[in-house]
Amino acid sequence: MQVTTPEMEPTPFRRDLLRLEPAGLYCPAGDFFVDPWRPVDTAILTHGHSDHARFGSKRYFAEASSESILRSRLGKEIDLAPKEYGERWKLGNAWVSLHPAGHLLGSAQIRIEVAGRVAVVSGDYKRQPDPTCVPFEVVPCDLFVTESTFGLPVFRWPSPESVFDSIHRWWRENQAAGRTSLLMAYALGKSQRLLAGLDASIGPICLHGAVHGPTQLYRNQGVSLPETFTVSQAAKDFDWSRCLVLAVPSAQGTPWLRRFGEVSTAMASGWMAIRGTRRRRAVDRGFVMSDHVDWPSLLQTVKETSATTVWVTHGFSNVVARYLREHGLSPGNTLDASPLETQFQGDAEDSEEISSSPEDETGS
Amino acid sequence: MNFAELYRQLDESNKTGEKLSSLVDYFGQASDDDAAWAVFFLTGRRLPQPAPNKILRSWATEEAKIPDWLFEETYAWVGDLAETMSCILPTSTSSEKFSLSDWVKRIRRLRGMDESDQRAALNDLFDQIDERDRFPMMKLITGAMRVGVSQGLVVRALAKVSGLSNETIAHRLMGDWEPSADAYSRWIDPDTADADLSQPYPFALANPLEGDVAALGDANAFLAEWKWDGIRSQLIRRSGTTYLWSRGEERLDGKYPEIEASAADLSHDCVLDGEILGWKEDQPLPFADLQRRIGRKTIGKKLLLEVPVRFVAFDLLELDGVDWRSRSQQERRAKLEEVLGTEQGTFRISEQIHATSWSQLALLRETARERKAEGLMLKRLDSPYQVGRVRGHWWKWKIEPYTIDAVLIYAQRGHGRRAALYTDFTFALWDNGVLVPFAKAYSGLTDQELTEVDRFVRANTQEKFGPVRSVTPHIVMELAFENIQLSNRHKSGVAVRFPRIVRWRHDKTINDADRLEDLKRMISTR
Repeated sequence: MQVTTPEMEPTPFRRDLLRLEPAGLYCPAGDFFVDPWRPVDTAILTHGHSDHARFGSKRYFAEASSESILRSRLGKEIDLAPKEYGERWKLGNAWVSLHPAGHLLGSAQIRIEVAGRVAVVSGDYKRQPDPTCVPFEVVPCDLFVTESTFGLPVFRWPSPESVFDSIHRWWRENQAAGRTSLLMAYALGKSQRLLAGLDASIGPICLHGAVHGPTQLYRNQGVSLPETFTVSQAAKDFDWSRCLVLAVPSAQGTPWLRRFGEVSTAMASGWMAIRGTRRRRAVDRGFVMSDHVDWPSLLQTVKETSATTVWVTHGFSNVVARYLREHGLSPGNTLDASPLETQFQGDAEDSEEISSSPEDETGS
Repeated sequence: MNFAELYRQLDESNKTGEKLSSLVDYFGQASDDDAAWAVFFLTGRRLPQPAPNKILRSWATEEAKIPDWLFEETYAWVGDLAETMSCILPTSTSSEKFSLSDWVKRIRRLRGMDESDQRAALNDLFDQIDERDRFPMMKLITGAMRVGVSQGLVVRALAKVSGLSNETIAHRLMGDWEPSADAYSRWIDPDTADADLSQPYPFALANPLEGDVAALGDANAFLAEWKWDGIRSQLIRRSGTTYLWSRGEERLDGKYPEIEASAADLSHDCVLDGEILGWKEDQPLPFADLQRRIGRKTIGKKLLLEVPVRFVAFDLLELDGVDWRSRSQQERRAKLEEVLGTEQGTFRISEQIHATSWSQLALLRETARERKAEGLMLKRLDSPYQVGRVRGHWWKWKIEPYTIDAVLIYAQRGHGRRAALYTDFTFALWDNGVLVPFAKAYSGLTDQELTEVDRFVRANTQEKFGPVRSVTPHIVMELAFENIQLSNRHKSGVAVRFPRIVRWRHDKTINDADRLEDLKRMISTR
């Protein structure tokens, strides 16, 4: 087997447009960072997950509908300038605009234009329909920065309809067997996407505290979600067996679950597509649902942007970069692709395994 | 429910009760033909592989239109060939369901085709089935099913479906059979007077003894014997013919001609339970010597001379056509001595260790290693011969293993549940300032520790050799193993048996790890 070796430096590309600095992806022409992992003067954020939105920068820009999420996570007092999708503004010599990434509410791709050359930093994104956020928009560019969380050809997402069918069937089976349905997913993004797709006529839906907070933020932004309640609102003799409880993965195996009696556990994540990762979670059911691109959509997106240079970040970056480099996307067109070492985790296979504190909700 | 659905249910569940009810549901509604094949696969049997993995891989890779290296990367990450292939094949729109016996027919047809016909047939096969059925189908093609179902669970399900006892079903599933509707109706036939001369009985298995031996009660209620490290087997002598079975239900006929010759001299028809051991100068040979005879189709004169074997009998299951299993251990043992005497040809009777107290036995157990035994077996004198591993009747009381502190130097991804983690480790010991690999170990760490080691491996990889990574020597672990002997097949010059991880020695640096000579000294002090 041939082994791909990571290249230490991405292919240089108009160094005044975008380059990698110790603090993160930096645009010298505009003197700002995208999703920096250290405090900087100016940060533009793609979305509110903790590996992308970090505390301590002096000034933030982000999409307007993500404002309340960011303030709840980074602090009410942060200096945050909200921007609408498509609104163009100038920072130094760079024109900047935000475009929908379809990852979660307010998630954005950052388009940066300097002297007629365009870079797009897509953050985390997906191409599947999701009623809780604006769908991904293809933004033509010269340099495209893509995630590769699920960048292997075994990852192909089933349609959300078929996944919700399976979830509903599971829920009903549990009701018939007198078991509470415990569905685990990340608190921000995935949980609300699930909520929006659940058929609330089947039974009551209860939220774990860590899920309830972000869900309220979504509702305040006008996202329509079915009625829910939290454990503290339930009567003492409440019959949990008809209920679906939406909780964070770290709730698994904690005393918090005792109240529910007999429970069937399930997890909604892209990792559930693979038997090994599913079994390691030790849940009764795994539902394949991800807020990241799968392999076919990743290739399709790179092609649609008509980028000639691609930087591949968090995930299977070496594999994806090598594939793009060697196989391009259309015959005769070579693509300049290289892996980029970042500190984004996406849905890093570990983060899901290790997350033990309810605060840990690294992007899903 | 078709077989693929059963497979999914079994695979998804980690609760025995749920698995049992899935099996009962399936057997309750499957055709006899399908049910027989399901038993065949679920009890770990497999079809002769219809096409070599190499051809399957290249077929799947081409169909997926991906380069070979990408297939390798993906497979290394997924850790399961059948799963990798079923996930990368082009999507199919079919939702056709086939019965298991149909599947088997189609898979069998692949055998003997030339490669291009095979590819075409595989495309047909996978285009026509529901996409979710692909993985179980691929599993049947590549061989190992491994879906977390024990033979015992299949037995229980069939017993439930048929209303027969577990013992009857277990017995009927022993030995050679061809999966067919006939076979299935035989298994669940309420008429239990069935006879197949070669059919062995299900083996009784021992539980490991943990904790204080005195908790077992009175030492005099037990038969104590040495626990040997050989090939557990059942010798059947019926109507003038000898059948020799291994515990893995493999026929050993022809592999141990000296035992079969002695069996022909037996004065009774009988079924004996015992251990085949390499034996020379009135003591057992190390297992590694016996291993030279395992897997050989024909045994040459030289090997017969170098590794002669004995059948050490310890139980009598049948005598002159009568099933003795329900009689007590004491009765069976007495009868065994009567039938066999202490020694007859290559037969030895397992020595009974006479002791009247646990402390006496504990002292004797300390001498097991010099007697080339693994420890003691303790069997309740009033127990019948059990089917499988039933607690409370047979105990294995092994001697403490050898242990050594070794350095982790290579790591490889695991399989199945551990596929995404680096969990298969190679350990090394110091030899003149160099770390020499000597053992591989997989088991013994908690899931949390495995995640931690995995992270270390990723962050400290020096080189990648295919799926294997060499790792900066830093982690020291205590390994335990059962036995050790010199070996010229190993780089280190020694071979250890059943190595496993006891604990992660966070308190030790690599300089504190043991030396190869420490390990070799263990051989000489045996």
